[in-house]
Amino acid sequence: MPASLSKGGAARLALLLFLSLIVLVFAVASATAIGDYNIALTTVFLSVTNELGLTGADIPPIEQSVVWNLRLSRALIAALAGAGLALCGAILQALLRNALAEPFVLGVSAGASTGAVCVIVLGIGAGSLSLSLGAFAGAFAAFGLVALLSNGATSGPNHTILAGVAASQLFNALTSYIVTTSGNAQQARDVMFWLLGSFGGVRWPDFQLLLVVVLFALAVCILMARSLDAFTFGDEDAASLGVPVARIRLVLFAVTALLTATIVSMVGAIGFVGLVVPHAARYVVGPMHLRLLPASALTGAIFMVVADIVSRIIATQQTVPIGVVTALVGVPFFAIILYRARPQA
Amino acid sequence: MSVVAENLRWGVRRKIIVSDVSLSVAPGETLGLIGPNGSGKSSLLRLLAGLRRPASGRVEINGQDIAGVARKALSRHVAFVQQSAATDTNVSVEDVVRLGRTPHRSALAGWSEGDEAAVTDALQRVGMTSRRTQAWQTLSGGERQRVHIARALAQAPQVMFLDEPTNHLDIHHQIEILRMVRDLDLTSVIALHDLNLAAMYCDRIVVLQDGQIHACGTPEEVLTPQLLKDVFRVSAHVDASADAGRPHIRFSAG
Repeated sequence: MPASLSKGGAARLALLLFLSLIVLVFAVASATAIGDYNIALTTVFLSVTNELGLTGADIPPIEQSVVWNLRLSRALIAALAGAGLALCGAILQALLRNALAEPFVLGVSAGASTGAVCVIVLGIGAGSLSLSLGAFAGAFAAFGLVALLSNGATSGPNHTILAGVAASQLFNALTSYIVTTSGNAQQARDVMFWLLGSFGGVRWPDFQLLLVVVLFALAVCILMARSLDAFTFGDEDAASLGVPVARIRLVLFAVTALLTATIVSMVGAIGFVGLVVPHAARYVVGPMHLRLLPASALTGAIFMVVADIVSRIIATQQTVPIGVVTALVGVPFFAIILYRARPQA
Repeated sequence: MSVVAENLRWGVRRKIIVSDVSLSVAPGETLGLIGPNGSGKSSLLRLLAGLRRPASGRVEINGQDIAGVARKALSRHVAFVQQSAATDTNVSVEDVVRLGRTPHRSALAGWSEGDEAAVTDALQRVGMTSRRTQAWQTLSGGERQRVHIARALAQAPQVMFLDEPTNHLDIHHQIEILRMVRDLDLTSVIALHDLNLAAMYCDRIVVLQDGQIHACGTPEEVLTPQLLKDVFRVSAHVDASADAGRPHIRFSAG
């Protein structure tokens, strides 16, 4: 049950967040240690402190390089991507008042993929920033399409999800078409990357961009957390509580599109994180967003890092696409929510 | 606070729903809005509460045009209780009533003693203090309605708009809620279906038909057999002063 927001409640939340942070650090360390060949946790630790110039421990250069250049950046990006997608899910579920809302289900991730692929194939600019901008345009196009198909906010919540299904099918088809017919298929990465996501190939510059975007989004969302609470009983009810509904919706949809676009342009479309995590977090800290948003972000980070570890060890000598792992957890969860959301007799 | 509407017009896609409505509610008065289905009661209520912008005309609350007042500032003294609020979120009674403090709090402000006092007082006034930590989903329709009125009270409003607050409630709860609203020391406008309840609890009644005001006055003045026939298409007998000087309507079965 949602604890009261008294001082005791705040202290409990702080403790919970602190413990989650410790778990996250441990998960990232494990993700860095585990791989094709395992590296001892102490070596991981010393490699990081070496790189940060804190120690000068004698560590095989190859292990140090694997830890720093390959695995740590990958684990941290996984954490940020998980946090970002979980935030998106929490926001969309509140704004659309639909337990199934999240960027992947609504086709926003698919739209971002299409946007990013267009930028690569058409060769507009280069680098992660223009890729993100393309993805952003695609994510917004998907939002627009879903809004158009579901006829704004006036139709029932189920229409939004149906519109999302249509949008994701359309944009996934477009992505597949563009990738398979483009002359420079190598450059556009493979279809699997865009449809199911992958943390292979992420590097430190990606981390810096993503860190800025996730922190910015988290700050905006926390500032609007009270307004999100007011959406509990719908748009009109929020307006009667003094919330500038249109402005909040626009800003938060834009933040969601920005987060999704940045994440998708780096690691492809990863599904169901935004769906599963906010529900799990809500179960622990209750539905009020000042607590839910940070809790979702942290839980999402942990979930994604663990999912990445699983994707690398579940099949020998192979890395399973990350989206496969998240879907294996997410789809049963989706079914449970759908089942519980059926009209009560 | 007084509420004054001048020449309000509003419609959707060429269909006129509220047409040239002017009315005024005195401070502390309870005004009933009655009319057949589709007569524009809910829409008029939303225009008055500033939830919709009129196509033309203006609404003044306490002498100030609400078009020029920020949503949040307006919500500090105007509350709106919707017909049947619903949510899938697992919130507690207390969470819902706390939402009423939203317009009084800044984005990150802590929970103040004033907020706490407003919530406690609001819960007490609707008799839901003992249900404070109960899950909202487990409440009955009448209890939910009372919690929503408590939430509106926690807003500390001086004007309250209620859209058919007694819908789906048993007669005991209908009377209980209307008595409570009448006894509150604030200006209220209530859209109602039940004509006898409107007669019992409203100081004045506005009768809407096709988006226009058909009649306006005290229950005795307004609720006549002729009006009931013209507007509601029923034949009825009216006891002029059945209960404490209030008219009572008996509908004819024939």
